[in-house]
Amino acid sequence: MAGQTIPLEYYQLVAALLFTIGVVGVLVRRSALVIFMSIELMLNAVNLSLVAFSRLHAQMDGQIIVFFVMSVAAAEVAVGLAILVAIFRNRETASVDEVHLLKG
Amino acid sequence: MGLNLLWLVPALPLLGAIVNGVGAGKIPRKIVSAIGVGSVGLALLVAIGCWGDLLSMPPEARRFVQGLFTWVRSGDFQAEVRFALDPLGAVMMLVVTGVGFLIHVYSTGYMGHEKAYGRYFSYLNLFTFSMLTLVLADNFLLMFLGWEGVGLCSYLLIGFWYQRPAAVEAGKKAFVVNRIGDWGFLLGIFLIFVNFGTLDFATVFAQAPQRLAVGSAVATTIALLLFLGATGKSAQLPLYVWLPDAMEGPTPVSALIHAATMVTAGVYMVARCHVLYLLAPAALQVVAIVGAATALFAATIGLVQNDIKRVLAYSTISQLGYMFLGCGVGAFASGIFHLMTHAFFKALLFLGAGSVIHALSGEQDMSRMGGLKSALPRTHLTFLVGTLAIAGIVPFAGFFSKDEILYNAWLRGGPVLWSAGVLGAFLTAFYMFRLYFRTFRGPSRVTEEAKHHLHESPSSMTVPLMVLALLSLVGGFVQIPLMAGGQRFDRFLEPVFADAARVAGAEAQAHAGAGAEVMLMVISLAVALAGIFVAYRFYIADPELPVRLAERARGLYRLLFHKYWVDELYDSAVVQPIYRGSVGLWQRFDAAVIDGIVNGVGKQIERGSGLLRQAQVGYVQVYALLITLGAVVVVGYLALR
Repeated sequence: MAGQTIPLEYYQLVAALLFTIGVVGVLVRRSALVIFMSIELMLNAVNLSLVAFSRLHAQMDGQIIVFFVMSVAAAEVAVGLAILVAIFRNRETASVDEVHLLKG
Repeated sequence: MGLNLLWLVPALPLLGAIVNGVGAGKIPRKIVSAIGVGSVGLALLVAIGCWGDLLSMPPEARRFVQGLFTWVRSGDFQAEVRFALDPLGAVMMLVVTGVGFLIHVYSTGYMGHEKAYGRYFSYLNLFTFSMLTLVLADNFLLMFLGWEGVGLCSYLLIGFWYQRPAAVEAGKKAFVVNRIGDWGFLLGIFLIFVNFGTLDFATVFAQAPQRLAVGSAVATTIALLLFLGATGKSAQLPLYVWLPDAMEGPTPVSALIHAATMVTAGVYMVARCHVLYLLAPAALQVVAIVGAATALFAATIGLVQNDIKRVLAYSTISQLGYMFLGCGVGAFASGIFHLMTHAFFKALLFLGAGSVIHALSGEQDMSRMGGLKSALPRTHLTFLVGTLAIAGIVPFAGFFSKDEILYNAWLRGGPVLWSAGVLGAFLTAFYMFRLYFRTFRGPSRVTEEAKHHLHESPSSMTVPLMVLALLSLVGGFVQIPLMAGGQRFDRFLEPVFADAARVAGAEAQAHAGAGAEVMLMVISLAVALAGIFVAYRFYIADPELPVRLAERARGLYRLLFHKYWVDELYDSAVVQPIYRGSVGLWQRFDAAVIDGIVNGVGKQIERGSGLLRQAQVGYVQVYALLITLGAVVVVGYLALR
């Protein structure tokens, strides 16, 4: 803490990079498992930027929201993975292209 | 009883129509009869009570108005459901309920074996309601409601036996031909509204002399358009063609609608609007000429018809012509008087014919009748009274009314109209006694099978006949001319037509003097007796004579027998061109243009959808990509601007 701190832009840059990797992952990967992991990346990118802003403004709000995001993400992963396991048992695949039931 | 019960007169038959109509097929026959006959009977009692109250008022004040509710209110336009009773309306109301009641009673006997008994009485009551609305209405719109109502009921009742194609055709014909007349009537009403801003009788007739000049184009147009409606409803040239075909309906219906009441609507309307007609002498002239021409024209056709009901149908058209002749020469009271007496004896004749048809198990052809006098004594006697009345033999009702019309035709219409009327009277006496002789006298030509079932009708049918025969006998006495205190009928109607005298001025006051009146009376009586004598010569004394005459004057006979080929003429001149034009429009315009537009729009939308559908690939990730790109564009725009 004394003297040298990492500037905000660095945090932002890392967060943007992580988020973009997450978005591209969601868009291009076929495996539902990888898509899940990409979503986690996006959430964590946001978390990083929240913590950074919280530190900048010397307020605790951002850090508290991060806890909320993490707990929601954990719940979401639990549900999502359960669905994924169920699909895999029925279809023997986790590729999203092959479970597009909405297409007539 | 109180004039405040006036609204019950139309309301009771309406109630009967609704109850019998809703419960058709479920209500037992006896109760149907009780409702059907009872509602009209009660209406008759109320009508008599109202008439009595009207008589107790001083003559000039005899007009009672009862408003029920506002029917239409739109901008400046307002129409009330409001009934008015004046002497003219009272006469019509009593004729409709009185004759209507007798025909309802008769129907319980005549239609006793009919399956659709409830439907029949429902229609009959609905008709009575419509006709009463027509005659009691206080404005043109409500009158038009009744006008259309009787047209509708006529259609329903002519086509009552809808299993028979001829009945369906006849119903359709009556409806369409009436619609042509109604078109004129409606235009006349529009024109009245444009010129007066209201449709109330009282206002229109009070303002007419100030607003419209005598003989002005507007007055003439209104009067002629209204008269077009009258020619449709009252079966005058050129729109009479529906009435003979209307004989496809049950016979009591013919008596009620096509003889006694509905067809008189046109005459009533002309008399009601006499103020307008007096402002249009040219139109009045047209009324008189059409009336006289119809009287003569229909009578000639009636000479050679063999169907008993068709002869009566043509005689109805002819007698209605007399009523218009009376109105057309300005003698509105005489026209209405003939309307009343005609309602009595024509209902009697139709019901008598119905009794004959009933006795012969449905036979209508006179060449298979004859000698029925002994088998049907009551029918014969009453029918003879009706025949004498229509032929105009003193002292039967028809004599007084027809003579009065001919007298007025001579006085105000001139010798041509009078001669047409007198010739028509001769023909009337001839063909009516031809009908009588061929049906009741001479040798029997009844088929063996019909002879087997031959029987006099039940009393539910003969009692109305007797009542009507009595009315046909004494109905004319209210109007005995020349006697002290005579012409009571005229004086009863005087308050209604008083303004007519004022508008017409002095010319209506012409009087030929007692000598001429007696002279004309003797002539019309002599003419009628001559007609009867000729009929006797033809059909009793020398039955071969008509056959020889028909052989010799073959062309004329065929012309009359085929009713001047008017139906064929209308068919080729009006019906077929419209039909062919409609087919052309259907195949060329409807199928090509209308269907083309509809189908073309559908096809283009389908093609466009096919193109747009390409964008919907169905891969969720593609959609997500597009959403992301969209978000990038929006954020990029906001960040970089």
